[in-house]
Amino acid sequence: MTTTDVHDPDTHTVSGTATTPAIDPSAVGQPGHYALRLYIAGQTPKSVTALRNLQRICEEYLSGVYSIEVIDLRVTPQLAAGDQILALPTLVRHLPTPLVKIIGDLSNTDKVLVGLDIRPEPAN
Amino acid sequence: MAEKPHASSHIAALKKSATGIAGFDEITLGGLPQGRPSLVCGFAGCGKTLFAMSFLVNGALQFGEPGVFMSFEERTQDLMENVGSLDYDLQGLVDQKLMVIDHVYVDSSEIEETGEYDLEGLFVRLGYAIDSIGAKRVVLDTIEALFSSFKDTAVLRAELRRLFYWLKERGVTAVVTGERGDGLLTRYGIEEYVSDCVILLDNRVADQITTRRLRVIKYRGSSHGTNEYPFFIDEHGLTVMPITAAGLDHDAPEDIVPTGIEGLNQMLDRGGYYRGSSVLVTGLAGTGKTTFAASFIHASCLRGERCLLFSFEEAESQLLRNLSSVNLQLKSYIDEGLLRVESTRPSLFGLEVHLARMYREIIEFKPQTVVVDPISAFHGPQSEVHATLLRLVDLLKQRNITTVFTSLSDAKTTRAGLDRAISSLMDTWISLSSVEADGEYNRLLYVLKARGMGHSNQVREYHIDHSGIRLVTPYIGPNGVLTGSARLNEEARERRAGELRQRISEQRQRGKQKSRDELERKIAEMRAALEAQEQEDALLDHDEISQLQSDDDSRRQLARARGVLE
Repeated sequence: MTTTDVHDPDTHTVSGTATTPAIDPSAVGQPGHYALRLYIAGQTPKSVTALRNLQRICEEYLSGVYSIEVIDLRVTPQLAAGDQILALPTLVRHLPTPLVKIIGDLSNTDKVLVGLDIRPEPAN
Repeated sequence: MAEKPHASSHIAALKKSATGIAGFDEITLGGLPQGRPSLVCGFAGCGKTLFAMSFLVNGALQFGEPGVFMSFEERTQDLMENVGSLDYDLQGLVDQKLMVIDHVYVDSSEIEETGEYDLEGLFVRLGYAIDSIGAKRVVLDTIEALFSSFKDTAVLRAELRRLFYWLKERGVTAVVTGERGDGLLTRYGIEEYVSDCVILLDNRVADQITTRRLRVIKYRGSSHGTNEYPFFIDEHGLTVMPITAAGLDHDAPEDIVPTGIEGLNQMLDRGGYYRGSSVLVTGLAGTGKTTFAASFIHASCLRGERCLLFSFEEAESQLLRNLSSVNLQLKSYIDEGLLRVESTRPSLFGLEVHLARMYREIIEFKPQTVVVDPISAFHGPQSEVHATLLRLVDLLKQRNITTVFTSLSDAKTTRAGLDRAISSLMDTWISLSSVEADGEYNRLLYVLKARGMGHSNQVREYHIDHSGIRLVTPYIGPNGVLTGSARLNEEARERRAGELRQRISEQRQRGKQKSRDELERKIAEMRAALEAQEQEDALLDHDEISQLQSDDDSRRQLARARGVLE
């Protein structure tokens, strides 16, 4: 699905957090915890693919030590500047430091793992 | 997401957004195309960012159009500091919601690309910034920085194309800056997408002096000036120098402005310069060119006219001090606001920039008299100097400003070189010189030309002393015109000769008198002799008569006695 962006300003119905596990406050800041944030803009094919890929990778390699926050810039455009978001979708790894950004629909799992600096050993 | 209230405006005349940049709006006949993106490109350091920033700040302050500055290179803080050299208070504009500055920073090292993406995030940010203040103007500076951040240039190009289209849809007037690339206007060829209006900025160095130039390469749907226009950046922002079309259509006023020097007024038949004429005072070092010019200023200020003095040799305070030594007290006129002195080193800018600065000052101060001291300070290729002066003269004449230019001529090349080149521009030319004779230098003045009026053909000597410039009554004798001590000498000699002549003539007079006296005495004597003679003669006559009478009487007595009678 490579359709370039369906430019529809009225689809504000998406709320990313509904489909993602809530961030466990106690887990944040713990060593080994992955705090991830996925920026999207509406339910475009790319965002849907990205979210699906992310969830799959996290479950597979980071089970229990991750939190995903999905931010829909259609709803909260003011958040785009904070993480210097230009490309969408963008996955931002806030923890562990350093900050890492992965753009695209996360379809290349190997690249995502390298990008997030996840060693394949724990789960495989 | 407001859309297309302006979109169809180009069907009629193209609407324009004034940039408020002095001169630029004249060149483009109104500014940048409204509701469209324009490209401003040039090499590093040529003023792209400042151009863009001026566009926004002027829009916010002068035209009530808020703007978004999206910076892809400089951080917000740096940007504010960098334009702090201008009088722009960006923080104030941000606080008043007249401007949004958004720094877009992408570090490619912390970005991994996996799969498809687009730049919707940029759109969202820009859209949000525009909506938050109702922006009408947008600057993207320098959007090509994105090319080093994202590997997939195909996506980037598609997205940029979409971005510019989107900006048009939003009806915002956008300025997109781009760094110049080899053989291309921009490094990544984005002029392909922003093609309504393309402005090229340039920064050229000649003889170690930089001149900035601006050229409108393309302006769809509008005519525009096609030349390269010099511009400069100072605390007032950007100023573009529109080159007047060298029009020779200015008025020629009839009235006369006195020169401020009594003797010089007399040398010119009309008693001064024509108003609005250009006067050139050339001379060697130390002949008092500045003093001549300042005398004119002094006279103008006395009449209550505004004067502008561009000094390229002396600082204001030094100039005032030096002029007060020849009784030209100009300080009070500065305080009154009648006189403004602009002192700059000629080597500080290129010619064009000097011209542009002068132009701006003239527009701003509206003087009736301008003095440029000296024009020989301008260095550069002869043709360029000439062109610059030509434009300056045209500019001044169009405004009926009387101008005195001074020019330092060199002893060997007097009346050659620069002087000759600019002579045709000048209406009146006063040549000052210094002549060595008998171990002293004397200053001489000569009116080389005075268009439209008769003038003295005499070389006149002048003195500069504590009372100002004074022309000396010329000594014209059998040996030609003499100056200085020679003149005094000659005058003395003449005086002596005169005295001698007088003595001789007196002597001669006395001699003549004497001989006349003698003659008269002789005449008197002879007359006396004559009188004596006459008296004697008379006496004799008398005796004779009386003798005759007595003879007669005695005869009659005799006769009576004889009784002959009766």
